[in-house]
Amino acid sequence: MSANARPLSPHIGIYRWQIQMVTSILHRATGIALAAGTILLVVALLSLAAGPQAWDCVATCCRSWFGTIVLIGWTWALAFHWLNGIRHLAQDLGYGFAPAAFVRNGWISTIGSFVLTALVWACVFAQRGGA
Amino acid sequence: MNDKFRTPLKTAIGLGSAKQGLHHFVVQRITAVALLLLVPWFVWTVLRLLHLDAAGAHALVAQPCNAVLLLAFVVAVFWHAQLGLQVVIEDYVHTRGTLFVLQLAVKFLCFLGAAASVLAILKIALGR
Repeated sequence: MSANARPLSPHIGIYRWQIQMVTSILHRATGIALAAGTILLVVALLSLAAGPQAWDCVATCCRSWFGTIVLIGWTWALAFHWLNGIRHLAQDLGYGFAPAAFVRNGWISTIGSFVLTALVWACVFAQRGGA
Repeated sequence: MNDKFRTPLKTAIGLGSAKQGLHHFVVQRITAVALLLLVPWFVWTVLRLLHLDAAGAHALVAQPCNAVLLLAFVVAVFWHAQLGLQVVIEDYVHTRGTLFVLQLAVKFLCFLGAAASVLAILKIALGR
């Protein structure tokens, strides 16, 4: 190892940030976060099957300020991975590889994920009555 | 003819370095398309659950249509998650032992998550 003086490929720190990197990194990060978030899905389903007490306990946790923050983050991760996944599926079919389209679609995924998250949580807060 | 530039080995094996051909890639995309359709339904259903108490939530999930779609959703989610996490681990973990343990752990955990979810949905749908 010490004798190996071959050049290394440049690492992430020396590149100028651009939207293609952001969407690629975020797709992985949100994928990992969503996989971890499935624990919440399993807990919710098991508690609903277990009975009203367990469900009420989970519902109370979700309505707490900490639960709300986690769920807003989870919603955004889902929105981003979903939108950017559509972009990836389109690219698998051969569309959207021209640099201009690539950049435009990356921004659509990123900005769209915040728009979708805002829409979903507008519905949530409207149902909660502004709480 | 183009064939003379291709080695016989390619035709004989034809599965590439993954040893499974395109299987991983194809299943990742199939589950992605399934989730593309199921995620909007899932979010809409969760929003409907918000103003229901435990009995109402139970009744909503117990509806056959919702139970079937929820079963499809959890199976697709855990399958897609396992395939995705497998690639992330392959990319960043290069120690043979750690790689083996992590891949096995991800497969086991995803199966357990799917099995627990399916059991819960069936229990809700088929009555207490």
